[in-house]
Amino acid sequence: MSRKPLNPFASTYQPSPTTTTYDEKYEMPRRASSPRVKKFANFFSTSPKSKSETQTATAALLAAASAQQQFLLNTPSSQISSPSLSLPTISLSTARADSANMDEPPTTLFQPPSPAEARRIAKAHAQFGPLGHPTHRYTSRHQGGAFPEPVMDEPPYWYLLTTYLSYLILIVFGHVRDYFGKRFRKHDYRHLQAHDGYAALNSDFDNFYVRRLKMRINDCFARPVTGVPGRYITLIDRKSDDHNLHFKLTGTTTETLNMSSYNYLGFAQSQGPCADYVEEIIKKYGLTVGSTRGDVGTTDLHVDVEELIARFVGKQSAMVFSMGFGTNATAFPALIGKGCLVISDELNHASIRFGARLSGAMIEMFRHNDVKDLERLLREVISQGQPRTHRPWKRILVVVEGLYSMEGTMCNLPGIVALKKKYKFNLFVDEAHSIGALGPKGKGVCDYFGINPADVDILMGTLTKSFGANGGYIAGDKAIIDKLRVSNAGSLYGESPAPALLAQISASLRIIAGEFVPGQGEERLQRLAFNSRYLRLGLKRLGFIVYGHDDSPIIPVLLYNPAKMPAFSHEMLKRKISVVVVGYPATPLVSSRARFCVSASHTKDDLDRLLEACDEIGNVLQLKFSSGIAGGAEPLPEGVTPEMEKEWKRAEKNGVQGEITYQPPRWKLDDVLKRGVQDVKAPLR
Amino acid sequence: MDLQYAQHWLNDILNEVSTQFQKVPGSAIFLRYVKSSYQNDPVRSAVELFLVLFAIRYLLSPKYSTQKKSYVTLSDEEIDELVDDWTPEPLVAPQTQFEEAENEKRPIIVGPTGPKSKLSNGRTVTNLASYNFYNLVGNETLKEKAIQVLRTYGVGPCSPPGFYGTQDVHIKTEADIAAHLGAPACIMYAQAFSTISSVIPAFSKRGDIIVADKAVNYAIRKGIQISRSTVRWYEHNDLEDMERVLGKVVREQSKKPLTRRFIVTEGLFENVGDMLDLPKTIELKLKYKFRLILDETWSFGVLGRTGRGITEHQNVDAAEVDMIVGSLAGPLCAGGGFCAGSDEIVEHQRISAAAYTFSAALPAMLATTASEVLSMLESNPEMLTSVRDNIKTMWAQLDPRSDWIYCTSSAENPIMILALKLEVVLGRKLSMADQEQLLQEVVDETLANGVMITRVKSMPRAINATSKDVGWELQPALKVCITSGLSRKEIERAGITIRHAVTKIMTRKR
Ligand SMILES: Cc1ncc(COP(=O)(O)O)c(C=O)c1O
Repeated sequence: MSRKPLNPFASTYQPSPTTTTYDEKYEMPRRASSPRVKKFANFFSTSPKSKSETQTATAALLAAASAQQQFLLNTPSSQISSPSLSLPTISLSTARADSANMDEPPTTLFQPPSPAEARRIAKAHAQFGPLGHPTHRYTSRHQGGAFPEPVMDEPPYWYLLTTYLSYLILIVFGHVRDYFGKRFRKHDYRHLQAHDGYAALNSDFDNFYVRRLKMRINDCFARPVTGVPGRYITLIDRKSDDHNLHFKLTGTTTETLNMSSYNYLGFAQSQGPCADYVEEIIKKYGLTVGSTRGDVGTTDLHVDVEELIARFVGKQSAMVFSMGFGTNATAFPALIGKGCLVISDELNHASIRFGARLSGAMIEMFRHNDVKDLERLLREVISQGQPRTHRPWKRILVVVEGLYSMEGTMCNLPGIVALKKKYKFNLFVDEAHSIGALGPKGKGVCDYFGINPADVDILMGTLTKSFGANGGYIAGDKAIIDKLRVSNAGSLYGESPAPALLAQISASLRIIAGEFVPGQGEERLQRLAFNSRYLRLGLKRLGFIVYGHDDSPIIPVLLYNPAKMPAFSHEMLKRKISVVVVGYPATPLVSSRARFCVSASHTKDDLDRLLEACDEIGNVLQLKFSSGIAGGAEPLPEGVTPEMEKEWKRAEKNGVQGEITYQPPRWKLDDVLKRGVQDVKAPLR
Repeated sequence: MDLQYAQHWLNDILNEVSTQFQKVPGSAIFLRYVKSSYQNDPVRSAVELFLVLFAIRYLLSPKYSTQKKSYVTLSDEEIDELVDDWTPEPLVAPQTQFEEAENEKRPIIVGPTGPKSKLSNGRTVTNLASYNFYNLVGNETLKEKAIQVLRTYGVGPCSPPGFYGTQDVHIKTEADIAAHLGAPACIMYAQAFSTISSVIPAFSKRGDIIVADKAVNYAIRKGIQISRSTVRWYEHNDLEDMERVLGKVVREQSKKPLTRRFIVTEGLFENVGDMLDLPKTIELKLKYKFRLILDETWSFGVLGRTGRGITEHQNVDAAEVDMIVGSLAGPLCAGGGFCAGSDEIVEHQRISAAAYTFSAALPAMLATTASEVLSMLESNPEMLTSVRDNIKTMWAQLDPRSDWIYCTSSAENPIMILALKLEVVLGRKLSMADQEQLLQEVVDETLANGVMITRVKSMPRAINATSKDVGWELQPALKVCITSGLSRKEIERAGITIRHAVTKIMTRKR
């Protein structure tokens, strides 16, 4: 059996220039077989692409000139020849002071690029911003010592009280409206009531939240988009005349800064080495393999990607699936069943709960990220055995996520691995958000903490996020994976991943590992780490309550009052920034939040723009209520090191006994921007 | 008199309480705290008081746990000992010989999947195992369109549909599917296999009733399981039995409050290949007031003049079926799944179907490919007829001519399911495992002769399931997928190869 991995990235690989052109005239095929379709056809004819076609050459030139100016401003003279201009296929500016490109005559920079070229560069930069300065990098790694619990700050009671009150008012209003609605607008409630002998399809009670609370802010959810979800994302504008029940597309689009996609490493790109490889593979393999993995849906591409993933995460074998959710939903029933126990973090993702429930095993939960509570639970369940019969458990599977997508917290892997040695359970880590996003080499939480991947039994992850593709994987020992290949429903019945997705995964993995376009992968990883810390520190200093660990690229900003969710979202949209707001039931009732997902494709300027917007909005909406216990403090004076901080504080208070007090941080925006870059490199405080 | 006495008594009690209170360590601090905080921040005290009252109420309320009844109290040493003693089983059971062989022999295709595919051992074989009915995998127009989409959208949408993952192409493809089917609305999922497992629990909850065919596929079973609804099974494709079960449910439930009731079945059955009688099913569903969830994974894009599925084939208005679930990955050669139904049904799924809400959206290029294929099917129905001709050719080679196997699929189904004849099974007393083994040998033998087919894979059993948990078992069978990419001659030849391989394995001396 030939297992020769197909490697298009041999050093001689040069994407032909034709592959980077794209057909702007491309229009969606139109069919007018029903009025519904007509509506959409209409909308497509006014798509942004046809708009951009009409852009004149002069406008493009202007754009190019300003892009260059920006470039000059951001780039110290020593890096004058950035590859983003000289090497068209690489949109990153990887040039460093010592790079070979130095010898090129710098004159090229001052010739304005052709309009087409300028447009291409502008498009590339809209997907992946150029590195502003070589210092805007950091390495994501646990700095040793005990892994700190993130400090949970709380707002003054006033905000909690008003939050409860707001919900109370919303609920009362909702019931009043329902009361009258059910009498005067019977038709609207028909689907909630039994009729003609059929029970209501959704229960009135379950639907109340959706109908009366979510509907009010529905315009903040599921905003339609077009194009690449990269550094910027293009929203399709819409409006509603009936209080968010229906939306009309207005025919225009808005380009916004994308703080919402899980595009951690910035691989959502329609040009560049990944896209070129995907194109090549589509040409060669077509769009599907038309089978399941269990039948004949395995091609050399699958074998190659599975080997790459196994090598990347440090396991013997791996298997890929066409959906991350489906990976979890089918993995658990193949691993555990009756007589087994799943111990799950209380905030684990829906797919894990779905899979665990399907398996038929018992499920217990422990407090989010609380290793002590986990140990208490382990001692209890192991000593008690199975309920009623008290037989010993056949096996116990502890399931945690590497990085929690709503909290921004990382799992305390060192603590859990230590418990695993003592309590002999099996460990399953879902790296959906952490793979690619954490660790000096982007290999996830194990890499971040310097833990041997052999200490985790199953490493699961999705390919949807950092790698810009779709799908999921499971990695483990060969014996485990081989067994799963024949017993896992996802591989027996689920469609096999499409070649284009595999190409995207393999190209991005090779870039991260430095096998292809050396330096680019490292730049992406380090920019992500820098951006994450920079934004987090900035928000803390401005006075926001931010959850999660310092190195996490997921940054939730707490809003509390439900009305602040739409307000925040709208204000951000006015400033052309798209953010995700989440509230109950995805979070506890009180802690509604906005969530920023940082990407390697963002530049420091983008984050500064976001900080500025947050600063303004934070003042207007009264969101700056941190108490200071969670960081954002003034910098220490010269000569005081972080270790001496306690001493110094005490000395400053002239020996007065008592608790160390915290000043609520309320930095000026200018100071935040001025000190950000240097302070990010030290432990955040 | 009495009053004075009572006053006295009350005074005593209060005095006692206050001295007791002062004895409690920290009570002075507590008092000071209450006083000072009340002065500075009355709202805070009120909130705290409220919280305290709430906490007391919470603590006094009965524990909502039903499992802890047989809790044994143990000392720390005893627990340590038990922890030391506990040895878990290995995470997975060792592979059986059959499983090992399956892993080893699984074919790996090198390069594109097509009617003729190259395998990793260097041989090129006739591929009758992929769902490439219309030979669209290698279609150049589709590839070109997909590359254009790649150059505008990149690959993945990097977001769930609820958070900026809904792209214009998704909206358009959903509209196209709905228009093609003639249904009011449609929602797309990122994987066909996960679709129905999420659709069922989005509507059917604990206490609701599902009446389902015994032979439904694995994904439906899992959907039913996770919904925790009450399920009643009827004999496979036996509508009289369905009526009996429906009637029974209605009778049983007549005294109880009205609950949601669903019939769940398939258009073309994944594991058996035969077809549902949809008009009759609709009649029964209306008569007994059930809603119908129809899995058209294998019939959408296959049946009917333009591939609209079983509704077109049997002249039923798609709007009569409450939910039609289908695949864009199988016959349409794109990716993802969908559920079509009324606006309410679709919108409800957007917030409560787990595999939609909690998973990233379908890659744009797969969505546009699905749209593209639908318009191809609409504009050239000959695509479908040429496959049907090939199906007929293959039938002629296998079903009437083989002494050993027969085809359980309907005559329009390009997936031919071939099971061992009952007399063979009974005559030789073949167990399920024996049949699987024999058929695997047939697959191997056929492949050795240059034709790749596959088997219907038995459904994975739940781990540690007892024999009473295992319900209906599906009969092992061969699976032959017809494609229009092969000529009549080639199909005939492949049919002969399969037939001979079956004969060879079945007549072999042990
Ligand atoms: C922890 C976790 N697991 C699994 C998934 C599902 O992945 P996918 O979007 O690829 O289906 C997600 C996605 O949101 C997730 O956060």
